[in-house]
Amino acid sequence: MSAGNWHIVAFTLRVAALSTLLILPFGIGVAWLLARYRWPGKSLVETLVTLPLVMPPVATGLVLLKLIGRRGPLGQLLDHAGIEVVFTWRAVVLAMMAMSFPLLVRGCRVAFEEVNVRFEQVARTLGASDWRVFATITVPLALRGIVGGLVLAFARAIGEFGATIVVAGNIPGRTRTLALAIYDDAQLGHDADAYRLLAVAAVIAFVALWTSEAILRRQR
Amino acid sequence: MRRLLLLTAMLFPALASAATLHVSAAASLTDVLQELAPLYEKQSGDALLFNFGASSLLARQIEEGAPADLFISADELKMDQLQVRRLIVAASRRSILSNTLAIIVPKESRMKIDSPADLADDSVRNIAVADPQTVPAGLYAKEYLRKLKLWQKIVFKVVPTDNVRGALAAVEAGNADAGIVYKTDALISKLVRIAYDVPVSEGPDISYPAAVVTDSKQPAAAQRLLDFLQSPPAQAVFRKYGFLIKPRK
Repeated sequence: MSAGNWHIVAFTLRVAALSTLLILPFGIGVAWLLARYRWPGKSLVETLVTLPLVMPPVATGLVLLKLIGRRGPLGQLLDHAGIEVVFTWRAVVLAMMAMSFPLLVRGCRVAFEEVNVRFEQVARTLGASDWRVFATITVPLALRGIVGGLVLAFARAIGEFGATIVVAGNIPGRTRTLALAIYDDAQLGHDADAYRLLAVAAVIAFVALWTSEAILRRQR
Repeated sequence: MRRLLLLTAMLFPALASAATLHVSAAASLTDVLQELAPLYEKQSGDALLFNFGASSLLARQIEEGAPADLFISADELKMDQLQVRRLIVAASRRSILSNTLAIIVPKESRMKIDSPADLADDSVRNIAVADPQTVPAGLYAKEYLRKLKLWQKIVFKVVPTDNVRGALAAVEAGNADAGIVYKTDALISKLVRIAYDVPVSEGPDISYPAAVVTDSKQPAAAQRLLDFLQSPPAQAVFRKYGFLIKPRK
């Protein structure tokens, strides 16, 4: 494989990892709130969070573009602050975050719902603070689901295409990810390159799933 | 039963009219061909189905066996690529139109771009251009800027788009400070203004060749459509959109 292709693979892994890391605290937080509490506007948030999962990715990309485009409400602020977003790697990360967030939340939420509340209550009667209960009882018991959601979110980020091409374009050396490169190669008739990248994508997916399984097995 | 027939006719329009022609045409022809279509459909009774996109993508689709009766490319290279592989009827091939390039900026932009050289200025952060590796509009833009020894100075600012209309859209939305498109694209948009109109003599030789696709099941109908595109009424519409007519040989 060419140096350019390896660069694309490294870039994709980097931005996907960053995206997953950035959504992790929010994902767990939102999942926790959705799993354990009733509050006004809950179903609205529930819907909004799931939306990118069911909408065409390109549509999500368009909404993002309207938000972070130079004339968008967020984009204008960032532009004034001198931060360029559209057509840069930052836009790639944002697209990945938006598209993988629902998967993380779903995984974590189901996991939290499955944790037996009795254990938490017992810990609390023994004097543990809410935070300590969450960190030492809830999260360890929900770890399977959290890791599962995390891996799924990471994999989704790696494969992200529709929203990325809208907000970040397909700029060689700057915003071209694995998925975009495969698309590009297929369009140009560089099938051999496309297959190589496809193989790399398959290996990444396999390693990610296998690692998560291994981690969980050790957990038990 | 009648409802079923109607439904069938809607699902398979080919059954309802004389011939349905699949036309793969360069993205820059989108608006003008859509204006010409009803004219031709009324006159001939044939129905037209368009597939607009970058000529490079369309050529690739035809190579892979996508249905197409007539192919109109925005450069000769893509047509050559198909002719070498005998995927188009060589005898039917002719160059029908020409175009010029234009440097565009968002309508309300205060950016000072009076010449191509101004694109190299630091105030221009990014420039939307159809993919200069493959898409004709991008190849023409690259050829033009290379000739002016400017390409190397601006290449790092280039935001490549899928086709020329993508570049237009990026400038329209204000997400690109400037763009290089065909003049005809610039003319159909109310959201951009032409900062520099590349004169015919200065710009690259832009040519739109058209040809009947070898795999077409209705080559005669495709040929009739090609003839129509070179008829005076069609040429008047092309001119209205800013295209230049290639003399008929």
